Amino acid sequence: MLTDEFDPMKGEMLRVMDEEGNVDPSLMPKLSDDVLLKAYRNMLLTRMADDKAVKLQRQGRLGAYPPSKGQEASQLGPAMALKEGDWLVWAFREMGALLWKGAPLQTLYLYWMGNELGNVYPDGARITPAVVPVGSQIPHAVGIAYASKLRGEKDVTLAYFGDGATSEGEFHEGLNFAGVFHTPNVFVCQNNQFAISTRREKQSASASLAQKAIAYGFPGILVDGNDVLAMYAAAKEAVDRARKGKGPTLIESFTYRMSDHTTSDDWRKYRSKEEVAEWERKDPLKRFKAYLIAQSILEDDELLVKEMTEIVEKAAAEAEAVPAPSRSDVFAHTYAEMPPYLKGQLGGGGK
Amino acid sequence: MMMNMVQAINSALAMEMERDPSVVVLGEDVGVDGGVFRVTEGLVDKYGEARVIDTPLAESGITGMAIGMAFNGLRPVAEIQFMGFSYLTLNQMINHAARMRNRTRGRITVPMVLRMPYGAGVKALEHHSESTEALYAQIPGLKVIVPSTPLEAKGLLTSAIRDPDPVIFLEPTRSYRMLKEEVPDGEYLVPLGKARTVQEGDDVTVVGWGAMIPLIQRAVANLQASVEIIDLRTISPMDSETVVESVKRTGRAVVVHEAPRSFGPGAEIASRIYEGAILKLEAPVERVTAPDITVPLSKGEDHYYVNEQMIRDGIERTLRF
Repeated sequence: MLTDEFDPMKGEMLRVMDEEGNVDPSLMPKLSDDVLLKAYRNMLLTRMADDKAVKLQRQGRLGAYPPSKGQEASQLGPAMALKEGDWLVWAFREMGALLWKGAPLQTLYLYWMGNELGNVYPDGARITPAVVPVGSQIPHAVGIAYASKLRGEKDVTLAYFGDGATSEGEFHEGLNFAGVFHTPNVFVCQNNQFAISTRREKQSASASLAQKAIAYGFPGILVDGNDVLAMYAAAKEAVDRARKGKGPTLIESFTYRMSDHTTSDDWRKYRSKEEVAEWERKDPLKRFKAYLIAQSILEDDELLVKEMTEIVEKAAAEAEAVPAPSRSDVFAHTYAEMPPYLKGQLGGGGK
Repeated sequence: MMMNMVQAINSALAMEMERDPSVVVLGEDVGVDGGVFRVTEGLVDKYGEARVIDTPLAESGITGMAIGMAFNGLRPVAEIQFMGFSYLTLNQMINHAARMRNRTRGRITVPMVLRMPYGAGVKALEHHSESTEALYAQIPGLKVIVPSTPLEAKGLLTSAIRDPDPVIFLEPTRSYRMLKEEVPDGEYLVPLGKARTVQEGDDVTVVGWGAMIPLIQRAVANLQASVEIIDLRTISPMDSETVVESVKRTGRAVVVHEAPRSFGPGAEIASRIYEGAILKLEAPVERVTAPDITVPLSKGEDHYYVNEQMIRDGIERTLRF
């Protein structure tokens, strides 16, 4: 088991692919060329869609937005380990995971443009909506997993959160419950080194965040979060473990937020250009592309870039074409049935 | 069968667990101990530890887990040991349970019940006597229910468990074992959002809920005036029609609650009465409430708790206005 080989208490980190795209064959997970290519497409789409979202925000066409740049592998790897019936519980910086699980890009744009329909994913996608109050989705993931287990279903619930979330009470409560109830959960902490401006070292005196799992009575593993193959390998093992009824796992994805916390933020206030440049060298897309080219799975990504540009433009246009909610739309779902006084507040037309 | 409120709530839980395998009970000490008030007694023997879940001591975790269960097809009934500990659940209830239907346009809903003992009048420990129903009633998307008798508790809890929206179910500690009444062993439902006219009258309308209802009944028993008593049952979404229609007939209203006065439910009820019946009013709406102070410890509780005389004085003031 990878969780036995890499001890988070000793700071050991799982890495399959180095920064130049060289892979350790003994750790390489089984993935077909098709899936590898699909993974690269997802990461490229996430990078480009993210860039577009920032531009749309600057033009006043999209609201405050939390960029994903640099975390594409960290987001995608765990989602690749899921099956259709599995649940994905995200925070707010997991665009790549959602795209993989079947959320359309225009739906994600729609949410950040300020329309609740952006929380409506295709039927059966089993994705919960974005969670802004940090860490509070973690107990939900435990409840979802408990329900699956109670009914004897084999579905696994994967939850994402950031390094800042590990300081929240709900992280503790959620992981503690998961340990006690032995629920089929996989927890992925995207440690991107910052909670807005606050560095990881100021969140916790623990040497790693993965080691916190030990205290909850289940395995934790520290993974190079810019290595999509490592993220997948760790998650696949954790998902399989959960599906077999062997309980939860905590995965710490060691990554870096290459851009701002949100478009309302300026990273230059709290970190140096040199630091960011150092992480640009570790860019998850660059190394995966180098690997795919070396394996002759990919020749070049020029055509892909063109294709993704079209997808992104089309999704943005579609999202912008969705009409704003009507007055009755924002009243209609407060309760299953509208109380009489609320009908009075809604008024006659409801338009 | 004659039941007190604890037994009636237990009966509702057992009936619903029997009827619907998706109903689960979770909370601190709800299993083998049967809850600190014995409300869940015996359920774990009948339905097992997987459905009657003793949780770690963590109110936010209990609530968050219940919300996740509800996303995935269960109907959780979570117990918080005392209302004074329920503030740890506010992030979950306000930011998630209350909003999920709206923010997913009805795709993900949270059919859950958060039960808790509520209110003073039993000289309990600190943090065990709060009545902060207004905190929850302010939140769109939540329903807030307070039963006043064993029969009411059974019917309202059964409806709450079957309700498609999150329900805060506040059980007046003072009423748990105060009286017994005939409660059907089988299914019994009382619709949410409908007030109950406890007794009809012509001179003044007295509105209350929970442990205030028997207190009001005793207070007015020997009055000359003809008093209409309304048990609000549901604090939110409030059935203002029943209250307003009554006040239109009587022309006078007294609201009784054991919560502190300022920003309490009485202010909202008074407002709705003014909006709906101002031209029929013979007097300002009278509020009989706790003062705006911290609930005292047991030795001082009587300075806080509404009593029969205060209710009679309130009625007297409105009649003499």
